[in-house]
Amino acid sequence: MKLLEYQGRELFKRYGITVPRATTVNGADEAALAVDSLGGVGVIKAQVLAGSRGKAGGVRIVRGADEARAAARALFGMTIGDYSVEKLLVEELLDIEQESYLSLMLDRSIPGIGCVASASGGEEIERIAARTPSPVRKIALARGDGPDWDLCSSMLDETLGPAIAPKALPMAKGLHQLLFENDCLLAEINPLVRTRDGSVVAADAKVVVDDNGLWRHEKIRTLRNREEFSPDEMEARAAGLSFVAIKGTIGCVVNGAGLAMATMDTIKLFGGHPANFLDVGGSSNPDKILVALRILLRNMHIRVILINIFGGITRCDDIANGILMARRQLSITIPMVIRLVGTNDEAGRALLTNEGLKNSTDMIAAVREAVTLDKTAERRP
Amino acid sequence: MSILIDEHTRVIVQGITGRDGSFHAARMLDYGTNVVAGVTPGKGGLEISGVPVCNSVKEAVKQTSADCSIVFVPARFAADAVREAIAGGVRLIICITEGIPALDSLGLYYESRRHSVRLIGPNCPGVISPGKSKVGILPHSIHLPGTVGVVSRSGTLTYEIVQGLSLAGLGQSTCVGIGGDPVVGTGFVEILELFENDPGTSAVVMVGEIGGGEEEKAAEFIALKMTKKVVAYICGRTAPPEKTMGHAGAIISGGTGTVEAKTRALQNAGVTVVQRPDEVAQALTALQ
Repeated sequence: MKLLEYQGRELFKRYGITVPRATTVNGADEAALAVDSLGGVGVIKAQVLAGSRGKAGGVRIVRGADEARAAARALFGMTIGDYSVEKLLVEELLDIEQESYLSLMLDRSIPGIGCVASASGGEEIERIAARTPSPVRKIALARGDGPDWDLCSSMLDETLGPAIAPKALPMAKGLHQLLFENDCLLAEINPLVRTRDGSVVAADAKVVVDDNGLWRHEKIRTLRNREEFSPDEMEARAAGLSFVAIKGTIGCVVNGAGLAMATMDTIKLFGGHPANFLDVGGSSNPDKILVALRILLRNMHIRVILINIFGGITRCDDIANGILMARRQLSITIPMVIRLVGTNDEAGRALLTNEGLKNSTDMIAAVREAVTLDKTAERRP
Repeated sequence: MSILIDEHTRVIVQGITGRDGSFHAARMLDYGTNVVAGVTPGKGGLEISGVPVCNSVKEAVKQTSADCSIVFVPARFAADAVREAIAGGVRLIICITEGIPALDSLGLYYESRRHSVRLIGPNCPGVISPGKSKVGILPHSIHLPGTVGVVSRSGTLTYEIVQGLSLAGLGQSTCVGIGGDPVVGTGFVEILELFENDPGTSAVVMVGEIGGGEEEKAAEFIALKMTKKVVAYICGRTAPPEKTMGHAGAIISGGTGTVEAKTRALQNAGVTVVQRPDEVAQALTALQ
């Protein structure tokens, strides 16, 4: 789960990480008041998860209440990365001397906690790292034992220099505690700003929380932003499905993440365009198939549905019952290609055949058929 | 021969009184696995499918000389269950449970190593040595005893590929699902090493997916250390970046972890990388 800047800032504060003075606002008049309270000058930042917010015009420097009101109105009308701006952060204007970078993350390649620092910051770290020579340094801060703060300290000295490093080290320690106490996968300060008066502050906050750890963090759980998932994705999650939409015309219903990806890849290989990733998961509650098909049928670009099931824990008769239930409850006017093998497959196929639904046992043949049908299918009205 | 498990493996089932634990304990018994005890705290003295239930792993190991544990305990309690098994004296732990927080898995990774206990998973379908033993949830009817080693990050995709192998007459020595999480107890490299050293394995199938750099590390190992042929299939070519594709570990992040990068690394190491699941069996046949 990704947190917005204003949510991440609050976490930073709890771990002693200095952040600029700021107020979160929901309206233009509030923004004007906030700029007044900051002494009449401020930065207004759109609160969105999308990267490159600055390039999209989501960050404005304002002077005076009128300018603040106008800028806030403009930002509230904006759409950044498909989402309309709903919240703004009004922040003190920093007198910036240098923008650098600091982050800690769960690094699967160690595996352990990685610490990344760079004397340059302010844009995406991947871009900065791609420069030659790269200013970005990375260390394995912690493996099985406690973090190696001596190593971290010397890395920060080398990377950030004596003006920043002594202040960045306690920040790194704060981020480490933040990761472990909140089940976070990433805590990033970009930019880490040094102001002309010598203070070092976290001028942005990016925090990613492990979805699998949310059950033990009641407060963080409530911070989920609707921008992270589309309404379809939210409906799928609520039903226990993994669903990701992409641009395409063949809807997919599959059990298992690997098989779901392989199904999409094979469609593409045969010249078709998969419209989604959808994993119905391990259990085989017929309701899940109903929800899956309801979501796919709402997408008017989808012209064919391919159901590919290899039953293990999932029982093919449950899947077949789900398909039949969906056919009774939804108006399915587009062709469905159904492939069922594995646990209870004979029973499942018999159920479908008795209701006049064609089905098969070979994945490759089923994908080919779906691609062929898609090419000959008419555009849906 | 086989790796990790064989007909002598003595298995305890942690979470045997739960829905999944009891169902799969019965299926493993059907297959001939030596399921010698179950563990559910507070339910000691019960019997499930003829298997005695103990209150703790220590007690179960003491009474049955079990050397392997399979964990079906729900996600919130699974890390503790694995820790109990590490301390309990088994040499191999297979954790089926999905949804364990990644930082907990990181702790288990190092704790299991400190105690020289092999941890497979979490979030995996388990291990089968066809004809000898199954410690997992893999549908055993698709497997055939033989000499192909299979290692995979996925569940049903592995079944798809294994079925293709069996239909082509290519039996398996052992199939290992290492799990779909970002941090798992045992990676591709360690399993490849076990297969390389197993006289009962003649060639290896590796099933990877987007995310992380495990396949690239495997490629390095193959280039330097492996004499046996490897055929690989990697899924996720059509996955959009920065989106988790079902498995917590299947995500292209910051431009890394793509199918293209993994394919290139493996091909450079001499691995035959196929484009479709059904081509695995064809490629293996062509190599032999």
